[in-house]
Amino acid sequence: MTIKNLEDLRKIKERAKLSTSARRKSETQVIVGMGTCGIAAGARDVMAAILDEMSRAGVHDVSVMQDGCIGMCQKEPLVDIVRPGEPRVTYGNVKPADVPAIISEHLVNGRIVSGLVVAKV
Amino acid sequence: MEKLARAHVLICGGTGCSSSGSKEIIPEMRGKLKAKGMEDEIKVVETGCHGLCELGPLVIVYPEGVFYIRVKASDVEEIVENHLIKGRVVDRLLYREPATHATVPDYDDIAFYKKQQRYALVNCGHINPESLEEYIGTDGYEGLAKALSMKPEEVIEEVKKSGLRGRGGGGFPTGTKWQFTRNAVGSKKYVICNADEGDPGAFMDRSVLEGDPHRVLEGMIICGYAVGADEGYIYCRAEYPLAIKRLRGAIGQALESGLLGENILGSGFNFMIHIKEGAGAFVCGEETALIASIEGRRGMPRPRPPFPANSGLWGKPSNINNVETFANVPSIMRDGGDYFASQGTETSKGTKVFALTGKINNTGLAEVPMGITMREIIYDIGGGIPNGKKFKAVQIGGPSGGCLPEQLLDLAVDYESLIRAGAMMGSGGLVVMDETTCMVDVARYFLNFTQDESCGKCTPCREGTKRMLEILNRICEGKGTEEDIPLLESMAQSIKAGSLCALGQTAPNPVLSTLNFFRHEYEAHIRDHKCPAGVCTAFVGYTITEGCRGCGLCKKVCPADAISGEVKAKHIIDPDKCIKCGACQSKCPFKAIEKG
Repeated sequence: MTIKNLEDLRKIKERAKLSTSARRKSETQVIVGMGTCGIAAGARDVMAAILDEMSRAGVHDVSVMQDGCIGMCQKEPLVDIVRPGEPRVTYGNVKPADVPAIISEHLVNGRIVSGLVVAKV
Repeated sequence: MEKLARAHVLICGGTGCSSSGSKEIIPEMRGKLKAKGMEDEIKVVETGCHGLCELGPLVIVYPEGVFYIRVKASDVEEIVENHLIKGRVVDRLLYREPATHATVPDYDDIAFYKKQQRYALVNCGHINPESLEEYIGTDGYEGLAKALSMKPEEVIEEVKKSGLRGRGGGGFPTGTKWQFTRNAVGSKKYVICNADEGDPGAFMDRSVLEGDPHRVLEGMIICGYAVGADEGYIYCRAEYPLAIKRLRGAIGQALESGLLGENILGSGFNFMIHIKEGAGAFVCGEETALIASIEGRRGMPRPRPPFPANSGLWGKPSNINNVETFANVPSIMRDGGDYFASQGTETSKGTKVFALTGKINNTGLAEVPMGITMREIIYDIGGGIPNGKKFKAVQIGGPSGGCLPEQLLDLAVDYESLIRAGAMMGSGGLVVMDETTCMVDVARYFLNFTQDESCGKCTPCREGTKRMLEILNRICEGKGTEEDIPLLESMAQSIKAGSLCALGQTAPNPVLSTLNFFRHEYEAHIRDHKCPAGVCTAFVGYTITEGCRGCGLCKKVCPADAISGEVKAKHIIDPDKCIKCGACQSKCPFKAIEKG
């Protein structure tokens, strides 16, 4: 790569900011339940689908995290969406096929995917 | 499309953490993640130094920012299984505050980091030092782009406005130095980066070079543009192999991308940087000796003037600054000199990196605003003195500096206040000493160092330091006389006044400052034949008390056969045979052996 001017430098900067965005904790978060129950119900596949969908849709500055069992094992895999200033929404029985809707509708556009919601905090 | 990594595992690959085992952790972590099919999901990044070297190898997991200490390769599986897969923090590997023993999971909440203000070290430990892209991602090379859009004189004005002063020890105003080289007559000029860090216990420059090499290059290129130079040298000691490797890599990347070489960023400005490996002579940190060494001559200083700004490398005008000084320049250009000048004290602006070593809990590197007190550095950042011992003194400025006693702990640290207190900023090495340290022995240690490193060119330094060392040896061996103290003081003054370079001019400082604050310890050695700290073996003797049950363990462990006695009867030590190793005392199960 040859950097000829400030503009080239800024382009690389933008790219680097994206590739290192996981080093900053964002207030917008996707949290996947990764207790034994969650993993048994397929949470790892859901996690993979979330990362694929976010990469495909170019979503960034969102922290993807995990938490343990919260006691709703029968509803696993559970996925929580946290957006600043909005209630935390928990989706249950999430399948990889549900992920694109949760990401594009709720995470990006703030429209809750009502059919899958099990709780709001 | 690059796949999004949800977590980054930053593993410190600095010299400190590498030597405590991070080299094994990195492949182990990559291997375990691959075995789980998570190599795309979680990115492993080898970084430079985080500063808390005492507790290395350090591993930080983002986005949570969880800080793990003393991680071994055998801990990796647990981190992967519990933290990275299930999101459960591995409690037993978390940092604990030395005072409260409470675990602190979050990097930003650790007291060691809270009081710091990282400016030169801002990227160290947070980026991959071998990636130009990551450096650019932290606004890297924007300072250069801005400088190239200005006139060279305006760049110098900005540096002057910042109030930046030389971080290698001298504290000379950087902008003024640049101006001298700019004004010097000549078409060929050089920029030199002094990376010959040699003070015992100092490793701030090494960490910057290892952890953020592009920052130093950027500072040098900006300097080259400002002073009108087209070539630069980094003089780095060969004992810093990792720093040299990272510098070479960074220079290669900068050349390839057009940030170094010809027509930088389309400005028409050309600049090239070379590395010169030094053999580790302390005197080569002195600028004229350093220049001689680059030229292939023996590293010896010469009288100044002429100063390097007028006649430096190969007789051409040369601007020479320390690593940390250059590392401050890119941000000064980017943010403007005023921001930098808003930090620190009236005469000393910005921040300073200190290397904390000796009897202190958090051995490592800390960058703090000028004007902070020594107490805050040692107790809040350094975590205080280990094992419940009492603070005695802190040596600042290495072998050229002096020690500060407890009554000066609340001194606001800047260039002037330290000089007034009989010490100096130096490169920023802090050696903390507790009550078990003998101050005469400390002075002897530092003088032994400078005496050893004296190049021998001028008589006051070559002969004077040798004679002073002989006197100190004599005092420590119990053969000191009343005349020794005034003799030390008068020789110190002569050596300071008569030596050719700063090595000799400052070599007597540790003796003078210990005499100033701890004269009673010298007097105790000479008059009372006692070493108050119990360090100098000539004054130490071991005796067995009435608590002895005659178990015979001490007799068995004594390497000099100096202990005798019947079983179940009190033993005795023959002082003529005793070599004062202390083995008997540490072995005695009844604590019946006293040192005194």
